[in-house]
This record gives sequence, C-alpha cells and structure tokens, in this order.
Amino acid sequence: MVVAAKKSPVSKTVGKAAAPKAPAKAAAARSPARRSDKAAAVLDFSKDDELDAYRRMLEIRRFEEKAGQLYGMGLIGGFCHLYIGQEAVVVGMQAALKDGDQVITGYRDHGHMLACGMDPKGVMAELTGRRGGYSKGKGGSMHMFSIEKGFFGGHGIVGAQVSLGTGLAFADHYRGNGGVCLTYFGDGAANQGQVYESFNMAELWKLPVIYIIENNKYAMGTAVNRASAQTDFSKRGTSFNIPGEQVDGMDVRAVKAAGARAVEFARSGKGPYILEMLTYRYRGHSMSDPAKYRSKEEVQKMRTEHDPIEQVRNRLLEKKWATEDELKAIDAEIRDQMNAAADFASADPEPDASELYTDVLR
Amino acid sequence: MPTEVLMPALSPTMEKGNLAKWLKKEGDTVKSGDVIAEIETDKATMEVEAIDEGTLGKILVPEGTQDVAVNTPIAVILADGEDASAVSVPSPKAAAPVPTAPVEPSPVAVSAPATPAVVTSAVAAPPQPEVLPEPDVPEGTEFVNQTMREALRDAMAEEMRRDGDVFVMGEEVAEYQGAYKITQGLLQEFGARRVIDTPITEHGFAGVGVGAAMAGLKPIVEFMTFNFAMQAIDQIINSAAKTHYMSGGQIGCSIVFRGPNGAAARVAAQHSQDYSAWYSHIPGLKVVAPYTAADAKGLLKSAIRDPNPIIFLENEILYGHASPVPKLDDYTVPIGKAKIARPGKDVTLVAWSIGMNYALKAAEELSKLGIEAEVIDLRTIRPLDIETIIASVQKTGRCVTVEEGWPQSGVGSEIVAQLVEKAFDYLDAPVLRVTGKDVPMPYAANLEKLALPSVQDVIDAARAVTYR
Repeated sequence: MVVAAKKSPVSKTVGKAAAPKAPAKAAAARSPARRSDKAAAVLDFSKDDELDAYRRMLEIRRFEEKAGQLYGMGLIGGFCHLYIGQEAVVVGMQAALKDGDQVITGYRDHGHMLACGMDPKGVMAELTGRRGGYSKGKGGSMHMFSIEKGFFGGHGIVGAQVSLGTGLAFADHYRGNGGVCLTYFGDGAANQGQVYESFNMAELWKLPVIYIIENNKYAMGTAVNRASAQTDFSKRGTSFNIPGEQVDGMDVRAVKAAGARAVEFARSGKGPYILEMLTYRYRGHSMSDPAKYRSKEEVQKMRTEHDPIEQVRNRLLEKKWATEDELKAIDAEIRDQMNAAADFASADPEPDASELYTDVLR
Repeated sequence: MPTEVLMPALSPTMEKGNLAKWLKKEGDTVKSGDVIAEIETDKATMEVEAIDEGTLGKILVPEGTQDVAVNTPIAVILADGEDASAVSVPSPKAAAPVPTAPVEPSPVAVSAPATPAVVTSAVAAPPQPEVLPEPDVPEGTEFVNQTMREALRDAMAEEMRRDGDVFVMGEEVAEYQGAYKITQGLLQEFGARRVIDTPITEHGFAGVGVGAAMAGLKPIVEFMTFNFAMQAIDQIINSAAKTHYMSGGQIGCSIVFRGPNGAAARVAAQHSQDYSAWYSHIPGLKVVAPYTAADAKGLLKSAIRDPNPIIFLENEILYGHASPVPKLDDYTVPIGKAKIARPGKDVTLVAWSIGMNYALKAAEELSKLGIEAEVIDLRTIRPLDIETIIASVQKTGRCVTVEEGWPQSGVGSEIVAQLVEKAFDYLDAPVLRVTGKDVPMPYAANLEKLALPSVQDVIDAARAVTYR
C-alpha cells in the first residue's frame, strides 16, 4: 500500500489515508498475481460522483449514530456493531455492481444494507425488533436480508459468510447469468479455516466472487499483528493463485477503482479476486466495548486525518462543487430521514405472538 | 504346501462378491504382486494380487461366478515341484442367493490382498427379515427388487432429469462414481456441471452448497459419511436451518445433506457415530432415515423437492440390501409419516434405518413366544410422527424403542418423554430404550458387537414390558 502509493500522482492522499502501520514489507515477496501497482490508481470523481458518495456515506454515518443513540435508550437489544469510519468501503464497492449481483457480509452489516439500497426504516425497525423490520423482528442487527436488493445477510458466525458467498457465486456460475457476489469479511474472519476452503474452491472452479477483507485493524479487541502471522491480507490468496491488492479503504475513489477492476475480473470468468480494504472503525467492536485496547489518540488521528466523509467534503469545498450551506442542507435532509426511521422503529409494534412459530420451515 | 487363494473382502461390510474375470490361467507362473483375477461387488471392481510365488495350480471358482462368499478358496498356487492332483479341492461355498442387480464396471481398480488374514463373518449383518409391501401404492403395481444403493441413485437421477436446478456435490461423487457408489453413472448422464467433485473440505463445501441453495438452486450435498459432517455442522445448523427464520421467511434453503450415518463395521469410534438425535434436535431441519429401498427412493425424491434443508441419513450396511421397489414413474414417500412395518397387538417396537433390522428380527422371535409385536418404521425422525406411535401404544400399552445411537438424549429418550406427556394413561409398563452402549465405538470385533444393540436386547426389553 505504502509502496504502491509512491507510484501514483495521488500518492499523498492515498499514503496518508493508509491506516497506521500499513505493512512495510509488502514490497518484498510480491507474487506476480498481485496487482498492487494498480492499487493506488484512483478514479477521478466528477462532481456528481463526489456528491453521490458524500450523501451515501453520510446516510450510513447518520444511521449508525442514530442506532447508537437508540441502543443507549434501550430500544435496541443484544449486539449492535456500528460501521462508523468504514463507510467508504461499501459505498465505493457498491458502485461497481449491476442489478442481479449479490452482496453478503458478517455481523457489522448496517452499512452494507443501506449501500444496497435497503430502506433505513426497515433496517432500523429490525434493530428494535419490530414487525416492520426486514426479518419481521426475528433476526436483529446481525441477520437481515433482502432478495430484492441482492443482499444475502447479515451472518453472525464469523467467517460463515465466506463459504456462503462463494456458494452464491457458484449459483451465478451454474446459471451462467453473468452475476458476481461481493463477499465481505473482516481481518478477524480472515483467520477462519473455511475462508481458505472457499478460496480453494472459488479459484478451482473460477467462481465470480470478490472477497473484500475489511481490515479495520482489530478483531474485536485483538490487534491484527497479535492474531495474524501474515498481516498483508491481500496476500492471503497467493497460494491459491487468487490475485489480491491492498486498497485505501478510507478513500471512496480508491475503493471504487479497485472494485471496478475486481468486479470486471470476476465477471469476465477469470475467477475470484481479493481486495484488502485498509480501514478503521471509530467505535468499539460492539456497543458494549469500551475499546481500551487502543489509544484515544489513535482513534482521533484517524478521525481528523483520514475520515472518508471529510475527505469528500473537503474536495467538494475545495473545488467549489458545493458550498457549506449546500452540504449542511444535505446533512439536514439525511438527519430528517434517519429521525423518521428511528421514529418508525420506535412506534412500530412488536411482532405478533403468533409469529413465534412461523418461518421455521417453508 | 499348496497355498489357497481366498476370496478377499474389499471392505469391512462385504460378505460376498462376484468373480468377474481370471487374468491368469491354470499352469501360469505367478509372482508376488501379479494380478490374477478381478472381483466385483455392487460397490466396486478390484484386482486380486498374488502374494505367493509359484504356479497357478487350479482355479476353484470359475470366472462369472456370482455371490462368492468372502474367504472361499478361489484358486490354489503350487510351489516348485508340487502337483495340482495332490490338492484336495474344497467345494466353493456360495453365499445365500440374493438378487443381484446389474452393476456397471467401475473405473476404480484398487489392489486388495489375496489372502485376507481376518475372517469378517463376525460383522456380517443379519439376513433381512420380511418386510410388508409399501403402503400407498396402487394395487397391481409391479415391484422390482433393488438395493438401497440403486434406489438412491435412481431417486437422484429422476429428480435431476426433472429439475435443472438440482445438482450433486461432494467428495468422489463424480469421477470415482461415489465412495459407496451411490452416485454411479450420474456424471455420465448429467456431466461435470451438475455432478461435482469437491476437494476434501466439508465445512467449505457445505457452506458453498447452502449459499447456492440460498440463491435458489437445489443442491444434494453428499458427505462421504456423516462423521465428517461434524466439520460442517455450523453451516448445516447456523446457516441452513436458521436462515429462513432469521430472515422472516425471505431466504429459503432447499438442500439435501445425505450420506451414510452410524456404525458400518470395524471402523471404530470416529467413523461409527449415529447422528439421528443430533440433527433431530434442530428446528428448521427435517431428518429422514429410511430402512427399505422403496422408502429410500421415495423419501429422497421428496427430500430433493422439499423447500427446506433435509438431513438424509443412510446406512452403509443397508446399501447392499435389496427389497421391492414399486415400478412407478414418479414414486414419492411423504416426509414425516411413519409406517407400520409389521402389525401386532402386544408391544410396540419403534425403530428406523438399521434399527429396523433388530426390531423385525426380534418381532419374529417374539412371535414364537406368543408375543405379537407391532413394529413401527419411523422413516422420518423430524418431524416426529408421534401420532402413529401413540395410536399403536393405545392398542398395545407397551413400547420399546430401538436405535444404534447413544442413550442419553437419544431419539428414544424423546419418544419416551412424549409418550409420558401424551399417552401416559395408555401405558401399562415403563417405556424401555434399546440403544448403543454409552461408549465410543470400539474396534475389536467382540467389543463392537457388545457396543451395538442386539436382537436379544430387543427381545429382552419386549418381554420385560409385557411381563412375559
């Protein structure tokens, strides 16, 4: 990442955005399959691209802030894993997809759902366990789906979505429909055995799957270098001949460019592709995590220097593509939308007791 | 000393085989390692190698002979200077004739030792007792004798012809034709797109299967045995069984996990576990465990069509057992319905899968003692057809469950609990469970026999509850 960044005219942005201690040894034994040389290639965003990215990332941020608030009020139960800080990853990746493509992820899934176009009301109502939630209140934060939007969960078992996403891509391959599956997982899940079982089959059968490793530096409370012998996750497919690259996951332009390359690769029948997104979550692992395993300064540094939304905002202002007032208006509009979602999720009734026994079997 | 070449066992469960071909003729010189003959079972074709040097003095079993019992002398090898005329020729013993089905030659050729050191008769399954004809079959329907192996294959082939979304994946299902030859011929008919060899990667391919099912395909995932499915049990339970509920009914998972379950013979603790109770615990799954070939066919076809995840528990020892299968274009058996395999009035025996072997044998013996047992073949473990059991217990007042699995929290335990809750007033005696012993399966032949339930255990339990 750091190395690749030097080759690019936008290297400063990219280099700065790289999360702390991006592995410096990345340059050493690079497999020919790796495409790090392209990792720094950042798409030029038009005004519309920037404004669209700004709005979509802000939607996720405001939604998550609202969810955190509702959790604090006791309206959301159980586990609640917020995506704040990582918004550029899903927003950039989603831009590479077509209708009919599929997305699957783990438990930190609210951002993915909004990026897929799912209604914030339905997502929030699921968080509060209400009948208008995407799973009728039976799934909760970690288990939501929308076939209509191509979102296949929302899975609570760390790493399980990697085999499942490979299976979704298998179905695309079987049907020859030209679809691809974005399979998201974290740096923690990347150490699960089934990830490599899936890598093997995906490459063996040339399945159209893009593995997106969201490396936010901590698997719950365990820093990457305490859990991973190889901390460059883009290399994790090397022994299966799966190409991989590290991407500045805080820069939505870099994500979108890498996403477009990876999706094109998979869609054209060349098989799976790995994108390691260097990103950062500002909040704890879940709402109950005080995040004592990292310093406040580390978090603050990321927020002030690398925030994905601020980056877009600054560019919009610099290029005079938007005024402060215009951006404030967008923010106000999004806040209203999320307040409406929260109101709906608070007022919507709980599921009827008769729902207890429905949907066990078809 | 002339050396006898004996009919080898190709697997611990093999009782007999066919002598397909002699590759050496009488008078030929043979060296250790020479392939002298080919033998076949309904599972595989294998080469018989000589392990002694000399001259093939006499062929005792001509090629083409069917059903040659394991350990029957098939030829004699003479050392230098020995004469074939000196050999006293034992008459080849044929096993009890059982209708054998045509077997396609397998591409597999594995060397097997010509002179097995261990006599395998101790593990032979008891002869299969008479079973009532299948219910719900139109009168006048023709029946053909099929092994469970063939019935399962036909079920898959018929459903794959019917629905392009059905495919089979698993270890050795395609080119090898199935580790137990259940998928024989499927690759040839349906091609590599729909009959897919996977790497040895149970957790991964179970997840891939479930993902494909979530996308609307209808995978049949074969586990070489259900023992290996423990590696995949997270995907089976957390992903396959629960996602429909967790998605509020949005995401379906029409998938069949199938393969041999329970003890085979002499494969010890890690390869002998019965998972009936494990999977029957899980809401969101259906669990099927057939005993007859007809049920195997009809239930597997129903399972493939079912929109839910199905655990289809087969049994290696039953694979080669033949029984009548109705000759119908589309024979299905409903999931969730037990059947009365033998009517009786004195005691209800509840079993499924290979447990039926013990129950039916015991019923025959009990009949000689004047005790008429009603034998229920559960066929489906979940949903449990407790109504059929209760109806029988209302008549008999007594019940014994039979399973090879362990006692604690077994399927029998569940049946006992439900009978106590729902039919207590009809019971004239405590409900007894005949189960496998509460130990990991031992390897030694005598200990293995002790660890499994026996016909005598069932007889004893039935006599205890009938006080006779």
